[in-house]
Amino acid sequence: MQRLNREQMAARVAKDIPEGAYVNLGIGLPTMVANYLPTDKDIFLQSENGLLGMGPAPAKGEEDWELINAGKQAVTLLTGGCFFHHADSFAMMRGGHLDICVLGAFQVSVNGDLANWHTGEPGAIPAVGGAMDLAIGAKQTFVMMELLTKQGQSKLVESCTYPLTGLACVSRVYTDLAVFEVGAAGASVVEMVDGLSLDELQGLAGVPLRAAEGARN
Amino acid sequence: MSSAAAAVADIRDGASVMIGGFGTAGMPDELIDALIARGVGNLTIINNNAGNGETGVAALIKAGRVRKIICSFPRQSDSHHFDARYRAGEIELELVPQGNLAARIQAAGAGLGAIFTPTGYGTLLAEGKETREIDGKQYVLEHPIQADFALIKAHRGDRWGNLTYRKTARNFGPIMAMAAKCTIAQVAQIVPLGGIDPEIVVTPGIFVQRVVEIAPANATASA
Repeated sequence: MQRLNREQMAARVAKDIPEGAYVNLGIGLPTMVANYLPTDKDIFLQSENGLLGMGPAPAKGEEDWELINAGKQAVTLLTGGCFFHHADSFAMMRGGHLDICVLGAFQVSVNGDLANWHTGEPGAIPAVGGAMDLAIGAKQTFVMMELLTKQGQSKLVESCTYPLTGLACVSRVYTDLAVFEVGAAGASVVEMVDGLSLDELQGLAGVPLRAAEGARN
Repeated sequence: MSSAAAAVADIRDGASVMIGGFGTAGMPDELIDALIARGVGNLTIINNNAGNGETGVAALIKAGRVRKIICSFPRQSDSHHFDARYRAGEIELELVPQGNLAARIQAAGAGLGAIFTPTGYGTLLAEGKETREIDGKQYVLEHPIQADFALIKAHRGDRWGNLTYRKTARNFGPIMAMAAKCTIAQVAQIVPLGGIDPEIVVTPGIFVQRVVEIAPANATASA
C-alpha cells in the first residue's frame, strides 16, 4: 500500500478546488495546499487577518512584516488583491461568502463534527483563533489530516472525544490513506490509495464505512 | 498629541484597553511602551493574541500590568510571558473565537445590545450561554465588548482623526476605534486636512480622539 506523503495530500486537496473559488487554508498542513493550486486559474485565497488574493511567500530579504498570513508568516499580495478589517474578514466566513476552507484536525466524527482547537488536557493553554468561525462559516469545510495518530488510533471517529470546534460542519476528509465524505449519512469512501481494500481501511479506521458512488482506488 | 506619553497620560489603574494588532502586525508598540512607563496596572486588555516575543502586549504582560486578557489565540511559540503568568494564576483569560471577538467589538461600536452568532454553538466556549434557533439554525447570544481606551496603529492620519492603514496591519484597528470611549492612534505620518483622499478614508475621524505621529523605526520590523 502506497501511503500519501504530506505533499501528495496537499496536491490531492488542491485537485478538488475549482476555478473561481474563494478559499481559506488553515495554519499548518493545509497551508501547503497553496503550493499545488493551478497558477493558470483564478482561485482566491483569503487570510483571516484581512487579505484576499494572497500570493506566495516573498523572496528572502523581501519580507514585509505588515503583510502576513494567519500563521504570521510573510506573504505577498497578488495584483488585484485587497485588504480589509477583521469584522469584514469574519463576515466573509460567517456570511457564507467563502466557498471552501481547509483545516487540520485532531478528530472528525462520521457525521462531520470537528475537533481541532484544544486537547482538553489539564494544564494545556487553549487557543481557538478563527477555527470555530471558519468551520461553521465556509460553504464547504474540508479536513486534511493523517488518518491515524502516531499511536495508531483512528482520527475518524464515531463521536469526538476532544472538545468540539463545530457541529456537523465537515463535508470531506483528506487523509494519507483515503478520501472520505462525512455527514448525516455517515462516512463513505471516495477513494483509497493503491493496494488498500475497503476491508483493510475499515479495520484501520474502526468506524462503519461504505463505498461512495463512483468510488475508486 | 505631541508624544506617546502625552497621549496615554490619563489611562488609569484598572482601565480596559483594546490594543490593535494581529501578532506584531499593527501592534502600537510605542503607545504600549508609554503605557508601561506610566506604571499603571490591573489592566484588562483586549487583543487577538496574548503577546508575541518581547514587545507590545508581551512587554505589558512581562511588566505585570495585565489582570485579565480577552483574546482568541493566546498560546503560540513565542507567548512565553503570557504562558508563565497564566500558569502562575496571575492573569485571567477570557478565550473568544476570533470572529466573535470582532463581532462583539463591532457590536459595541455600533451600539447594539448583543448579537446572536452561530460560531461556537455546541462547544465549550458557548457553555452556559443563551442560545436560540432562528430559521432552523442555532445561535449563541454574545455581548458587546467595549473599552475605556483603544490603542491602535494606523498608517496616515490627519488632525481630525481620519485614518488609513497599511496592509494587514489594519486588522482590528477600525473596529476597536469604534468601540472605545477614547481611541488613540499612532500613525507613521500626520498629513494636512485633505491629505487623505476622502474616498479612501478607512476610519472616519469621529471614531478617533487622539493622533500621535511615530515615525517607523525601520522598515524591517521583526516577526
